[in-house]
Amino acid sequence: MKKNFKFYIVLYLAKLSRIALKIIGRDATYFPGKLAVTLCPDFLGRIDKPKTIIGVTGTNGKTTVCNMIEDCLKENGYEFIDNHLGSNINSGLASTLIEGANLLGKQKKDLAVFEIDERSAVKIYPYITPTYLVCTNLFRDSLKRNAHTEFISNILTNNIPKETKLILNGDDLIVSGLAPENERVYFGIDRLETDLEKCENIVRDITVCPKCDTKLEYDFVRYNHVGRAHCPKCDFASPKINYEVTNIDFEKMKMWVKDEQKEENYDIINNNIINIYNMLATIAVLKEIGLTRNQINSVLKNQKIVDTRYSKEKIKNIEIITQLSKGMNPIACSRAFDYVRKEEGNKAVFVLLDDLHEAANSSENIAWHYDTDYEFLNSESIKQILTAGARYLDTYVRLQMADIPKEKIVYGRDEISLVDKLNLEGIDKVFILHDLYSIDLKNQIKKKVEEKILEK
Amino acid sequence: MNKTIEILFPEFCNLYGDISNMKYLQKCIPEANFIETNFGEEPAFVKNDVDLIYMGPMTEKMQEKVIEKLKPYKQRIEELIEKNTVFLITGNAIEIFGKYIENEDESKIEALGIFDIYSKRNMMKRHNSNFIGKYENIEIVGFKSQFTQSYGNNEENYFAKVEKGIGLNPESILEGIQKNNFIATYLIGPILILNPEFTKKILQKMGIEEPKVAFEQDVKNAYEQRLKELKKL
Repeated sequence: MKKNFKFYIVLYLAKLSRIALKIIGRDATYFPGKLAVTLCPDFLGRIDKPKTIIGVTGTNGKTTVCNMIEDCLKENGYEFIDNHLGSNINSGLASTLIEGANLLGKQKKDLAVFEIDERSAVKIYPYITPTYLVCTNLFRDSLKRNAHTEFISNILTNNIPKETKLILNGDDLIVSGLAPENERVYFGIDRLETDLEKCENIVRDITVCPKCDTKLEYDFVRYNHVGRAHCPKCDFASPKINYEVTNIDFEKMKMWVKDEQKEENYDIINNNIINIYNMLATIAVLKEIGLTRNQINSVLKNQKIVDTRYSKEKIKNIEIITQLSKGMNPIACSRAFDYVRKEEGNKAVFVLLDDLHEAANSSENIAWHYDTDYEFLNSESIKQILTAGARYLDTYVRLQMADIPKEKIVYGRDEISLVDKLNLEGIDKVFILHDLYSIDLKNQIKKKVEEKILEK
Repeated sequence: MNKTIEILFPEFCNLYGDISNMKYLQKCIPEANFIETNFGEEPAFVKNDVDLIYMGPMTEKMQEKVIEKLKPYKQRIEELIEKNTVFLITGNAIEIFGKYIENEDESKIEALGIFDIYSKRNMMKRHNSNFIGKYENIEIVGFKSQFTQSYGNNEENYFAKVEKGIGLNPESILEGIQKNNFIATYLIGPILILNPEFTKKILQKMGIEEPKVAFEQDVKNAYEQRLKELKKL
């Protein structure tokens, strides 16, 4: 797509708006791009793009994977542009490209790392061809926006450019079926001791063979539709994995990754399987662009999960663990619940999953609570569950639907005063599960829990 | 006598937490017999009478398969509707019982044709809204989230009169379909948990004389809070 007179005018306007926003100290990561794609809807097609583009998409893990890729590239001397401060929809990508371009619309750097919202495929891929596109997983997400996985996988398959090399989670049968004509490699984790014969989640979005509709036989289930399966009737099966974790040593915090050439070990920074998938996706894409194990591991082993996503602190003899559990995202919350129940010791759990925006402006659609495995919180080791927020009455009912005894549940509208009812007797760990937009709330509650432990 | 409830194709017709409606019924009437009919099986209602038939929302691809699956049983479904069998059909499952579903390219998928409505898909325009509607003397609360809108005449057989939100489409004030004890609604999610009085009504329709719902006071508290909130919007 050629640059025309209108494109240059829009580019200059967008650049000027960026300068103006910076001068007045405002965020300039969204508006310039929004202005550009509003005034010139095919702006993304007309502006030059870096020679190599790494895209990362999927329901969960996009931001973490992008951050790890960017850290590895930076430490190894690569120069690139990225949208990590902006949004992951078309206007966010446009803002990044505007910032990276000179006045002729040419990019100053040869490499880009883009987090790409899967729902925005229709507005992005007609104009941007990622050289590599990582897909971490595809699960049910906000039902108001993303509906269901078939809808999202269809728009990805119908829009991903044919030239893009895909780096796909081979343990996710929905992801592994994306854009079947495209060149691809798969990453995955071999069977673990904790894997199951039968799915214990409420949601499993692929149960029959996509080729012949026969009921799939799962070789093992990890969670939801993640695992390995085959069709008993035709040749459909989980794909052959190109980057495979063959072993994880949780004591030594190491994992072994086998590719076509060799098996190499990497340091892991957390025992949560979700983080291991995120690291593996990062390793796969960086290996594809030519980085070595040492270049990757030297950075990954020093990674820290940001406090807004996960934190652990010991006050006297009690650990306080905060864990991001994205509201309206049933699988992310189910993974958090699973993590809590499998942690050792007696636990008290704060469940604060309401969407604060919805609470202020609407009445949240709580259907997603019933796709979420609250049943995992029905565990002998979980002694108390404390829930508050606009939807506290709904959450109270949902917890009872999971057969959690009433006497274990504390509920109320006000989040902060909930801490007064926290019973620390015999408790080893206090978990605070919170939504993405409840960081301040999480911090206030954490502080109050700390004070309560110190007073004990 | 124990009641029998048939859940149609729960492995597919399970979007948006709707299957929780049946889990809630299990808590309300634990002695009832729940039959989960998988897609490969013949529905129990074909050869036997059941007390309630439930089908929840599904993907668009699945809608087409379910239509084909149920076509041979159209006459039997009509017979059961005439016999006052209770049906609870939620989300886009309602479209299975209409005349056809039209895609954006104007191609049509012929549906069962039991009711005089048809649906139009717009996959890039998802409709989301909150809902209050009057069903008999009950104010029903709920949510809509859908790619389709339906059209046609449901004046004589609508499910609820809209107080807030939309009916079959944004211009309609009549939501869903009710004929005898057949109830189909675009509302999604745990509508029985959200609406305890409506749940009692369903249980009554199934022949339970003094119905009781599970966690009654707690469910009522949540209902009243939501009704108040939705009225304020």
